Amino acid sequence: MAKYITVIGLEVHAELKTKSKAFCSCSTEFGATPNTHVCPVCLGMPGALPVLNKQVVEFAIRAGLALNCEIQKFNKFDRKNYFYPDLAKNYQISQWEEPICLKGHIDINVNGEEKRIGITRIHMEEDAGKLVHSGATISTSDSSAVDYNRAGVPLIEIVSEPDMRSAEEARAYMENLKAILEYTDVCDCKMQEGSLRCDANISIMPEGAKEFGTRAEIKNLNSFKALVRAIEYEVERQKEVIEDGGHVVQETRTWDDAKGVTLSMRSKEEAHDYRYFPEPDLVPVEIDDAWINRVKSELPELPVQRQARLMEQFGLPSYDAGLLVSSKAMAEYFDKAVKTAKDAKAVSNWLLGDVSAWLNNENKEIGDFVVIPEHLAELTNLVKDGVLSSKLAKKVFAEMLKGNKAPKDLVKELGLEQVSDTGAIEKFVDEALAENPQSVADYKAGKDKAIGFLVGQIMKKSKGKANPGMVQQLLKQKLQ
Amino acid sequence: MNLFELTAHEAHEKLVKKEVSSVELTKALFDRIDKVEKDVRAYVTLDRENALAQAKKVDDLLAAGKAVPALAGVPGAIKDNISTLGLRTTCSSKILENFIPIYDAHVIANLRKDETIFLGKTNLDEFAMGSTTETSYFGASHNPWKLDCVPGGSSGGSAAAIAAGEAVWTLGSDTGGSIRQPASFCGCVGLKPTYGRVSRYGCVAFASSLDQIGPITRDVTDAALVLNTICGKDVHDATSLDVEVPDFTKALVADVKGMKIGLPKEYFSEGVDPKVKDCVMAAAKKFEEMGATIVDISLPHTEYAVTTYYIIAPAEASANLARFDGVRYGHRNMEAASAPEMTAISRTEGFGAEVRRRIMLGTYVLSSGYYDAYYNKAMQVRTLIRRDFEDAFKKVDVILTPTCPVTTFSYSDKMDPLSIYMLDVSTIPVNMAGLPGISVPCGFVDGKPVGLQLIGKVLDENSILRAAFTYEQATDFHKQFAPLGGNK
Amino acid sequence: MVTKEDVKYIAALSRLTVPENELEKFTEQFNQILDYADKLQKLDTKGIEPTANVLPVSNVFREDVALPGVSHEDALKNAPAEHNGGFKVPRVLE
Repeated sequence: MAKYITVIGLEVHAELKTKSKAFCSCSTEFGATPNTHVCPVCLGMPGALPVLNKQVVEFAIRAGLALNCEIQKFNKFDRKNYFYPDLAKNYQISQWEEPICLKGHIDINVNGEEKRIGITRIHMEEDAGKLVHSGATISTSDSSAVDYNRAGVPLIEIVSEPDMRSAEEARAYMENLKAILEYTDVCDCKMQEGSLRCDANISIMPEGAKEFGTRAEIKNLNSFKALVRAIEYEVERQKEVIEDGGHVVQETRTWDDAKGVTLSMRSKEEAHDYRYFPEPDLVPVEIDDAWINRVKSELPELPVQRQARLMEQFGLPSYDAGLLVSSKAMAEYFDKAVKTAKDAKAVSNWLLGDVSAWLNNENKEIGDFVVIPEHLAELTNLVKDGVLSSKLAKKVFAEMLKGNKAPKDLVKELGLEQVSDTGAIEKFVDEALAENPQSVADYKAGKDKAIGFLVGQIMKKSKGKANPGMVQQLLKQKLQ
Repeated sequence: MNLFELTAHEAHEKLVKKEVSSVELTKALFDRIDKVEKDVRAYVTLDRENALAQAKKVDDLLAAGKAVPALAGVPGAIKDNISTLGLRTTCSSKILENFIPIYDAHVIANLRKDETIFLGKTNLDEFAMGSTTETSYFGASHNPWKLDCVPGGSSGGSAAAIAAGEAVWTLGSDTGGSIRQPASFCGCVGLKPTYGRVSRYGCVAFASSLDQIGPITRDVTDAALVLNTICGKDVHDATSLDVEVPDFTKALVADVKGMKIGLPKEYFSEGVDPKVKDCVMAAAKKFEEMGATIVDISLPHTEYAVTTYYIIAPAEASANLARFDGVRYGHRNMEAASAPEMTAISRTEGFGAEVRRRIMLGTYVLSSGYYDAYYNKAMQVRTLIRRDFEDAFKKVDVILTPTCPVTTFSYSDKMDPLSIYMLDVSTIPVNMAGLPGISVPCGFVDGKPVGLQLIGKVLDENSILRAAFTYEQATDFHKQFAPLGGNK
Repeated sequence: MVTKEDVKYIAALSRLTVPENELEKFTEQFNQILDYADKLQKLDTKGIEPTANVLPVSNVFREDVALPGVSHEDALKNAPAEHNGGFKVPRVLE
């Protein structure tokens, strides 16, 4: 079998976090009763006209600057014409010839290798409504009901260059993009709710080929996992097609997450002739340097900058800092916790270790985490101060997850304070020495290892609460 | 004098002086409608109950000694492609036969604020696509001057209603001449404001970059009064201009001394009926006598305007009319098995032949491979047409032309689509350049009214109003009534 | 020269159907109009900016303030068919 190179480009739709829709004043709130956030404009009533929400442009500029794009001074909108029941006007107001942003990039790091992924363009457009199907899927439904609450919610579409060569690179690009959109606060990036959506253009070509293969566009990628699985599946599918002597067809396919396959969406009407033309109901948007510079000056700290700061300020390793900043909420949690923590690295370790594991397990986001940053900081301080051993700290942590209790109180409640009273520890040491003469003899005969066994016995007697440092010290004194 | 013959400013005066009540006036108009509507068919929908209730309200205001705006209690009618909350708005199409709007157009909201009265909704060519009202799903309107002739279009119902005494004032919409041409065919005054002067919010879009709402009235003063009410920046229309709205009645000064009036040679070419040309040339002479200077000018790209229009307007229309899909409102074929089929059948059943033809033409000129040759080319030519006017207005204050090369014609004169399209040859360039234009009666040919068109600079409605008013004061064409229903 | 097949394709793009008995006449009229439109081709428009907006206006915005829209009842007032508060349509796929 020949070797193939995978070529991936992503088209990402991000719903902008505006209060009102792109071209009317209806609320963008998610999850309302169907057709209650609608007006003549977003219902496509005869005679209604769009008026652009300024915040849409503001957010698009902000996202563009954060993604290293050139902001275009002259902008206009175009109509993209196609019929679909969820598209009230049967055209979408979008940008065709003059997108607001061009030529950006995102740097990714996969297995320690840095790579720059180009961003071709970002344009502003409006979202469509939602179809609620009578059956389980669109193809098994006799009818559907249209809800236009989402119709007209502003989107930016971020189109990458076909620069990615593996599912891992695509995932890394998507994760970094999501982090940047979160940091700039332009999108709430809830993939499950559809506020961040991803389509992938995938093709393969034999190693050494100069031209890309024919690509398939895969839609309905609603999670990072789906993105990775769909790419892996599609690449294998295309390989099989080619190996069997066939040709990959340029088409749109949908990812069926339950079955783990991509399926052709080919409709009877082959033509996708969108007949773009300038939207006559809107006037051009001219963005001057003053506007761009103001947005630039107001840009928040971005993931790369934050990573650098965490490395410098707290001495975190690059890898750890990178993981922490990949989620804005996680990074903010860290920043809050370290305000009262004595050991920043310990906080980082907890977040990337036990906390992340628990969140993954529970399928929760750090935003939903029950333990407040101050309590996690306190927990690390208790360890640092020798009040708790690392082992007992995990026990306390498990209790913290059950309710919002301060670790100090839990330590008391559970009677887990470390015993640092010399008298009490001396008692345990004496007992252990008396009960294990053989180990004492071994140690004295030069077998240093024996001391480990003795420490274990002492800790056991103290139910793990004896201060290990003091145990060591006392034991050594007694054995001399 | 019959009450239904009053102009709006005369009616206002009588209302204020309590010589007549708004209820009396409104009833007189409905009586007139009852008498002549069967012959004229200007209306698609009448709204007697609300009209009379509103008249009563204005009478109460007047009785309480309140000062009222000029159009308060003065009954008018609205072209049926302008959205009226709770009152059926059909665009004279089967597809909207039972459509009840859920909001008021900006102009309607303004008129309601001024306590005016809406008698009903007037007929038009389906979706304003036509120049005769013959494409109306509800049947054509008739020219009150000659009932076997067309009233012009697309605002034919609004013009016919004025000429027949079925409304004191009306609103039309003008995409390529749809206010001015029927005004000229029916012997009325019709004004298309500068693009952006009047909000298009609620005017069912035909060609968004060309559409503009304006008045059709008995005289120039009324046109200024209606304009005063409907103009102004609207937050719901991004293309409505944020400029000061003057009191247009201040422009009504009978004096054109020193005014430079351009006569573009291209508008008097062989396609123009010589008798129409005579009327307009006579008017030019009149202007000269009154102290204006007549200047020969050229607008060299005029010959391309109709072609350009029949690319741009259908292209925009093809998208504007895509929303009529049977999903949210309008006609739906209930038998179709799938949504795409339902939409295709509903649209084919709901739209008439001319509308379907223009949608398809528009789709074609925008489709892949043809965009540059047709649509983009037309937009470039539009620039050339605009520049022609810019150059001309360096030399003149207003431009004078025939409104239409011909007078009204009989329904039996079957015309192919292209000949119909040529009726708009003098009015289309004005929309292309976004300029204000007014049509004023300037004579009769074989008992059929003739109109002249005055074209002004961007936002200079004042100059065309002043010229039109001056001409009107010196002539009495506007005072003549159609020989209909026994009057005169 | 536009063929009957072209007209059918354009009709499909426009979500219209052309009845078989109208197809001939429609195609003929279509060609007549397009022949006429070809008149523009003889004009040299190289370097001429297309006019998309007739007046030189830009940057007309709305502030980002959410306001109540129409009532649910009004939204569905003209709906040909309704289901669960939505606009009911027959199966979306053909």
